[in-house]
Amino acid sequence: MTMGKQLTKFLLVAAVFLILFAVVGDVLASAEPSAAPQEVFEKESSIPWWAWSLILLASTFILGILAVLGGVGGGVLFVPLIGGFFPFHIDFVRGAGLIVALAGALAAGPGLLKRNLASLRLALPVALIASAAAIGGAMIGLALPAYLVNILLGSTILGIVVIMATAKKSDFPVVPKADNLSQALGIMGIYTEQSMGKDIDWKIHRTLPGLILFIVIGVMAGMFGLGAGWANVPVLNLLMGAPLKISVATSKFLLSITDTSAAWIYLNSGAVLPMIVVPSVVGIMLGSIVGVKILARTKPKAIKWLVIGLLAFAGLRALLKGLGIWT
Amino acid sequence: MAKEKTEKTIQASEEQKLYAKILNIGMIIGLVMVIMSFIVYMLGILPSFVPPQDIPKYWSMASKDFIHMLDAPTGWAWLSFVNKGDYLNFVGIALLAGLTILCYAAIVPILMRKKDTPYIIIAIMEVAVLVLAASGILKSGGH
Repeated sequence: MTMGKQLTKFLLVAAVFLILFAVVGDVLASAEPSAAPQEVFEKESSIPWWAWSLILLASTFILGILAVLGGVGGGVLFVPLIGGFFPFHIDFVRGAGLIVALAGALAAGPGLLKRNLASLRLALPVALIASAAAIGGAMIGLALPAYLVNILLGSTILGIVVIMATAKKSDFPVVPKADNLSQALGIMGIYTEQSMGKDIDWKIHRTLPGLILFIVIGVMAGMFGLGAGWANVPVLNLLMGAPLKISVATSKFLLSITDTSAAWIYLNSGAVLPMIVVPSVVGIMLGSIVGVKILARTKPKAIKWLVIGLLAFAGLRALLKGLGIWT
Repeated sequence: MAKEKTEKTIQASEEQKLYAKILNIGMIIGLVMVIMSFIVYMLGILPSFVPPQDIPKYWSMASKDFIHMLDAPTGWAWLSFVNKGDYLNFVGIALLAGLTILCYAAIVPILMRKKDTPYIIIAIMEVAVLVLAASGILKSGGH
């Protein structure tokens, strides 16, 4: 058996353990997120408090590995899985999800900017729209009742599953002519494609429709505490015509700005608990480091389908939880 | 000449490099602060607003109920609780969340020197958006 197959097998087992952790935790935690405050106050979890931190650390470590291998941000896996199977209220999970996505973006940002893969000229106008919209999204999200957030979150995650399963990507989209707006803003660049040993000139088009879509993306990022790489990349790549590498890198950097504005709303609204945030940030970041090392030795395609399966499961869980069918 | 121009544009711009530098330093400081303050909280080195062992009683309630029940601080009021282990963690989190504002503010002079008017406006507007988000004026729930 090759090293790649062994690693894929290990990751499959890790994912099963992740679900088991989560389901067992869900059963053992006696506190119900939908219960009234006083009722919750009087109940105690049967798992000691410190064990939750360790379970969270272990779960997010696996999520960090899977996120890198599946080519998604940590936040999109974190919110539905942790929100669905841990006893934390969805407010705190979304607050933590934003900080998890923010920390990942902040860690990756400097390297991507220095190598000129993330383009500041492309990111800045987009970020302005998305970050302003994310403030609105965060305020709406925190004002909605938990069941409605879960229904909307579940539906969104299932939509993301469809996008991930069907959307095509284009390494070098054809952009016959840069549009007037992108020319006025000077959004263009050159980067070295190392796999081809070639310098690639790029420009974009359909800038205005792209910017309008980032209003929707920003609102969703703020409302659900998701990093929005799943939406950023298709819009930058397929609609606006940026090369795939530039789109992925700029999207990752973009999260550091979009998620910042939403994170402040959660922080100022008291929806951030260090006990949830810190183990999650550490777990995801350590998992991402390990994930990058594994990436070179395994087949990302198999893992991509594993991640899509996990997301589908988590999305369904959130939807059924919101509908009161699986509480 | 053409080659020289290509080499110039293939490199990250001056403002992009500065942005990356500040982001890198701030991110490391912020993450170290978050981890150190969490250790302080978990080990009980400082008194806590909510001790770690009591957190499971509250983490399943909505944030507005949590604030209401414990009279927990919202907005920037947490600053007066930084002597508590749990709110000490907010210093590092706020640094991470505030880093982007610093980065934008730092590149504005470069953009001004280059007379890059559209991006000067965009950067200033972004700082305004993020400062508004950070100000605590816009929050949901609370008192």
